Amino acid sequence: MKKLLLIILLWATPLAAVEPDEILSDPALEARAREISKGLRCLVCRNESIDESSASLARDLRLLLRERLVAGDSDEEAVDFIVARYGEYVLLNPTTTGANWLLWAAGPLMLSLAVGVGFGYVRSRARAKAPDQVPLSAEEEAKLHDILKN
Amino acid sequence: MARGAQAPYSYAMITELGHFALSLAFCVAIFQMIVPLIGANKRWAGWMAVAEPAASTQFILTAFAFGALMWAFITSDFSLRLVVLNSHSLKPMLYKISGTWGNHEGSMLLWVLIVSLFGAMAAWFGGNLPPTLRARVLAIQSAIAVAFFAFILFTSNPFLRVAVPPFDGQDLNPLLQDPGLAFHPPFLYLGYVGLSMTFSFAVAALIEGRVDAAWGRWVRPWTLAAWVFLTIGIALGSWWAYYELGWGGFWFWDPVENASFMPWLLAAALLHSAIVVEKRESLKSWTILLAILAFGFSLIGTFIVRSGLLTSVHAFANDPERGVFILLIMAFFMGGALTLFALRASAMESKGVFSVVSRESALLLNNILLAVACFVVFIGTMWPLLAEMFFDRKLSVGPPFFNAAFTPFMVLLGLVLPIGSAMPWKRAQISRAVRPLRYVFVLALAIGGLAFAMQTGKSLLGPVGMFLGAWLVMGTVVDMMQRTGRGGDRLGRLMRLPRADWGKAVAHSGLGVTMAGIAGLTAWSVDDIRVAQIDVQFEVGSYTLTLTDVEQVQGPNFVSTMGEVILAQDGEQIAVLTPEKRFYPVAEMPTTEAAIDYDLARDVYVVIGDGQTNGGWAVRTYIKPMTNWIWIGCALMALGGLLSLSDRRFRVAAGAGKTARPVPAE
Repeated sequence: MKKLLLIILLWATPLAAVEPDEILSDPALEARAREISKGLRCLVCRNESIDESSASLARDLRLLLRERLVAGDSDEEAVDFIVARYGEYVLLNPTTTGANWLLWAAGPLMLSLAVGVGFGYVRSRARAKAPDQVPLSAEEEAKLHDILKN
Repeated sequence: MARGAQAPYSYAMITELGHFALSLAFCVAIFQMIVPLIGANKRWAGWMAVAEPAASTQFILTAFAFGALMWAFITSDFSLRLVVLNSHSLKPMLYKISGTWGNHEGSMLLWVLIVSLFGAMAAWFGGNLPPTLRARVLAIQSAIAVAFFAFILFTSNPFLRVAVPPFDGQDLNPLLQDPGLAFHPPFLYLGYVGLSMTFSFAVAALIEGRVDAAWGRWVRPWTLAAWVFLTIGIALGSWWAYYELGWGGFWFWDPVENASFMPWLLAAALLHSAIVVEKRESLKSWTILLAILAFGFSLIGTFIVRSGLLTSVHAFANDPERGVFILLIMAFFMGGALTLFALRASAMESKGVFSVVSRESALLLNNILLAVACFVVFIGTMWPLLAEMFFDRKLSVGPPFFNAAFTPFMVLLGLVLPIGSAMPWKRAQISRAVRPLRYVFVLALAIGGLAFAMQTGKSLLGPVGMFLGAWLVMGTVVDMMQRTGRGGDRLGRLMRLPRADWGKAVAHSGLGVTMAGIAGLTAWSVDDIRVAQIDVQFEVGSYTLTLTDVEQVQGPNFVSTMGEVILAQDGEQIAVLTPEKRFYPVAEMPTTEAAIDYDLARDVYVVIGDGQTNGGWAVRTYIKPMTNWIWIGCALMALGGLLSLSDRRFRVAAGAGKTARPVPAE
């Protein structure tokens, strides 16, 4: 039931996201609004952007965002405006500030570490002596004798 | 109406019998956990031998308990609390049955049923295992079952009665009343919990102090099976989300989804590294570690979903008992296994010798990419929690992060896969591996270039995806052709290649198809939102749509607002689509039923919204290119796994067991 909780919390009213009456008449501006909306979290939903959400709060945020864009804000200004009011929690794309650099660097750091360790291991295997160069133990010798006899 | 309320006493008893069977299974599991382990240590054959009948008994008892619960759901026995909360007498039969696992208690019972199923299968098909290893594997598997039996009986008992049975139930969440989702959890659980088997093998091998080629061969079928089930389960869930949730998203990087994706990534890594153990007796301790971690992530997934910790911190506080219990289970098994690993891993030195450029190294690179990708998903999933705990920041980590941080690993993986899989064991030359692939590489680049030329001003994602898809599929074909050698009867030789080779080819192509599908859908999807007036045409992309009618329809347990949309292209009608908006009165919940015209090249996806005050209806239309490739690719991956699973060497391994009997380490 992986999805059960998700559903209950997320799609309580999965009706409509962006409503026709919200759409701006300027298609370029509307396209920008849609793009920004995809990166903003619906605060009462779980892990859902305001572009997808049908919650009324998400609608308010979409309208607010469009207002800012119509007023002439750049994408960044509009996002900053919303973050200033709702906190960085609304950003689905976490910033790189403060401790968040650790989050963003985790992948590359881990990859370098893993490649380093992996390369060390591979080198050691390349240098190692093949097992056929190691003489058999007495026990293995006896086992081999058994097998060959049958 | 409520048949259960009038059910004869003999039927009503079944619930008590189920409860009793569950308690009995718990006792059998405790016995099976202890006796064979001691037996294996002391080499007492009789003590070891009890593991098999115990495993069978445990499974039969658990299956009976599960059947009893299912019976209660089928007969709508509203004297059971669980049935009252999750069922309704008017619900279609399929969803009464799937309602058994559509809730916390039932799903945990399914969990433990699968644990004991795998244990029983290991007992039935494990005749070729050395007796000590088999006894230990079954004991460890049973230990996992014991933990979850206890969890169910003490915190999540599905068999609790209500004092005064109501006349009817509160219904299952309507979104879950869907065939796709009815089978999603069982498959997912078969995968999740299937990894318990590899875990048991890993821990048993650590206790034995021996990992050899035979161990690699024994553990691989279980990993393959678990991975195949996980693949199917994840694909079903994603397909369901696509058609049911009403905007055509197929993956949301939700903690709950990530919880199933992380074990999938590690299982994929594990089934590759187990090949190296089997064929080359290298990467042993890493493989053991992977087996432990893969199941660890299954437990983490269970914890995430069951505690609701990442959903919301408050959900955890609401039911701390369950969360803490699973956390303790996790701490015990991971702590124990990892301690054992730390003590014993050094004893498992590699035997195989290989050069830096070789298939061994290529498979190691595969493992590195998959494991680090899994780590990225893990960090992203946990970061909001970590940031709040340690840095006092309340933040979100959403799809933009995962798309940016995870995708590069998959691109790298796709890029090196055909080259790596063309390399021979021990010692390879990059130039020799690459030479046969050079034409398809250029061709794949051309396909990517074509995609780039045809799209204007969009992201690189689409072209890169097309390149990767073509490169993987064609690279696989070249790889298969290379294996048939030269001269006549190549087709005959191709057909006679081992099933494992075919499995590999099919699964790798499947990955390519899925990658292309995801890229195509993500990059080239078109959407349109508008108020549609009845009988007024509108254009989306190259299609013409007309909303001809909207009517109210009565369903079995819902009412529906159903639109009729005619889809046409170049003046020719392609389909009549009937998008619905349903309302389930019992659950008081609306759902969207999108109407989709499926096609290999694209889906046309139509959703009907609210009626507008000044006439017309809100209609959203999406053109989603290549969507079905995603699931066709997943099906191919699963099919590849099954082909590999049916390979001769797993079936004849019965003979191999005798010669590979391990010598005890002590």
